[in-house]
Amino acid sequence: MSAAQLIGDWHALFVLFVAGVIPNQIWRMLGLWFGGGIDEGSELLVWVRAVATAILAGVIAQIVVEPPGALASVPDVLRYGAVCAGLVVFLLTRRSIFAGVVAGEVFMLAGKWWLG
Amino acid sequence: MAFPPLDSPQWQSPWHAFAWGLRAITQTILTLVLFATYLGIGALAHDTHFSLAWALASTLFVWAGPAQIILITTLGSGATVIQSAIAVTVSAIRLFPMVVSVLPLMRTPTTKRRELFFAAHLTAVTLWVECHRFLPQVPRGRRIAFVNGLGFGLVSVCLTANTIGYFLAANLTQTLGAAILLLTPLSFLFSTARNSREVADVVALALGVLLYPLAAKMNSGLDILVSGLVAGTIAYGVHWWREVRA
Repeated sequence: MSAAQLIGDWHALFVLFVAGVIPNQIWRMLGLWFGGGIDEGSELLVWVRAVATAILAGVIAQIVVEPPGALASVPDVLRYGAVCAGLVVFLLTRRSIFAGVVAGEVFMLAGKWWLG
Repeated sequence: MAFPPLDSPQWQSPWHAFAWGLRAITQTILTLVLFATYLGIGALAHDTHFSLAWALASTLFVWAGPAQIILITTLGSGATVIQSAIAVTVSAIRLFPMVVSVLPLMRTPTTKRRELFFAAHLTAVTLWVECHRFLPQVPRGRRIAFVNGLGFGLVSVCLTANTIGYFLAANLTQTLGAAILLLTPLSFLFSTARNSREVADVVALALGVLLYPLAAKMNSGLDILVSGLVAGTIAYGVHWWREVRA
C-alpha cells in the first residue's frame, strides 16, 4: 500500500468535512451555545430521537442486506442468520452486547466453514 | 479502580484529573465495544475505497460512530454530498440533548464556554453514559480535565482500532475480512438495543431495520431517510398513544 493510497485525495477529505463533520458538529455546538433552557424529555426530542434511532437501524440493515466488500462473499442466509443468532443470545444473556456480537460472529464463521 | 476521595490532594492538579480520566477507560466494557465498532469502521472504510487518513480524520473530527457509518455507506453506495449530509445531520440531532444534559455536570459558576469546547466535541453516547457514572466521584472543579482525559483515551483507542481494522481488511482472507465487517452492524444493533429504555426506542429500532429493505426497493437514493422518517414517526406515534392512554 503506497503513501498516496493511505492519504487519499483532497476532494474526498473535502467531502468528509462538508457531508460529515459540519452536519454532525453543528448539533454539539448548538448544545454548547443554547444549553440552558431545553427540556430533555420534550415531545420534539422524543420524535427526533426515534427518527435518529430508525435511521441508524436502516444503516445496520443496509450493511447486512447490501453488504460492502468482503461481506458480500457471505451468503444471504448466513448474514441474516448471524444477526438473528446474535439477537437471541443478546436477549438470553440479559442484553450482553459482548455475548451477542460473539454469537453472531461464531454463527457466520461456523456457517462459512460448514458450507466450505 | 477506586478514585481518590473528593477532598484528596490527588485532585489538586488538573493533570492528575486528566490522568484519572485516561485510566477510567479501563473500567468500562464500552471501551471494548468501541474498539470492535471502530475496527469495523476501519475495515468498512477500506472496503468502500476510502483512504486510511480519511478514516482517521472522520474519527477525530466527526467522533460519532453512527454518523461515520452513515457517511461511509451512503457515499460508498453513490449518494450525493447533500443526501449524505442530510442523513448524517439527522443522525446527529441526538447529540444536541446529550450535550445539553452532560455539560451542566461539569460547569462551575466561573466556567467559561470555551473551556467546555472539547468536552462538547467529545460528547457521544459512550462518554455521555460514562459521565453520569463517573462524574459524581470527581470534584466539580476537576471534572472538565477528567472528561478531557476520558475522551482523549477513548479517541486514541478508536484511532488505533481504525488503523488495525483498515490493515486487516487489506490483508486478511475474505472470510476473516467479512467477520470484521460484520462487527459493525452487530455491535451497533446490540448497543442501541441496550440503550433503548423506552418503547419508542425499541419500536424505532425494530421498524427501522424491517422497513429499510422496503424503502430500498423504491430506489430513490433517499432510502435510509425515508425508512428512518417513517419508522421513527410511527415509533413516536406509539409513544404518544401510550401517553394519551396513561
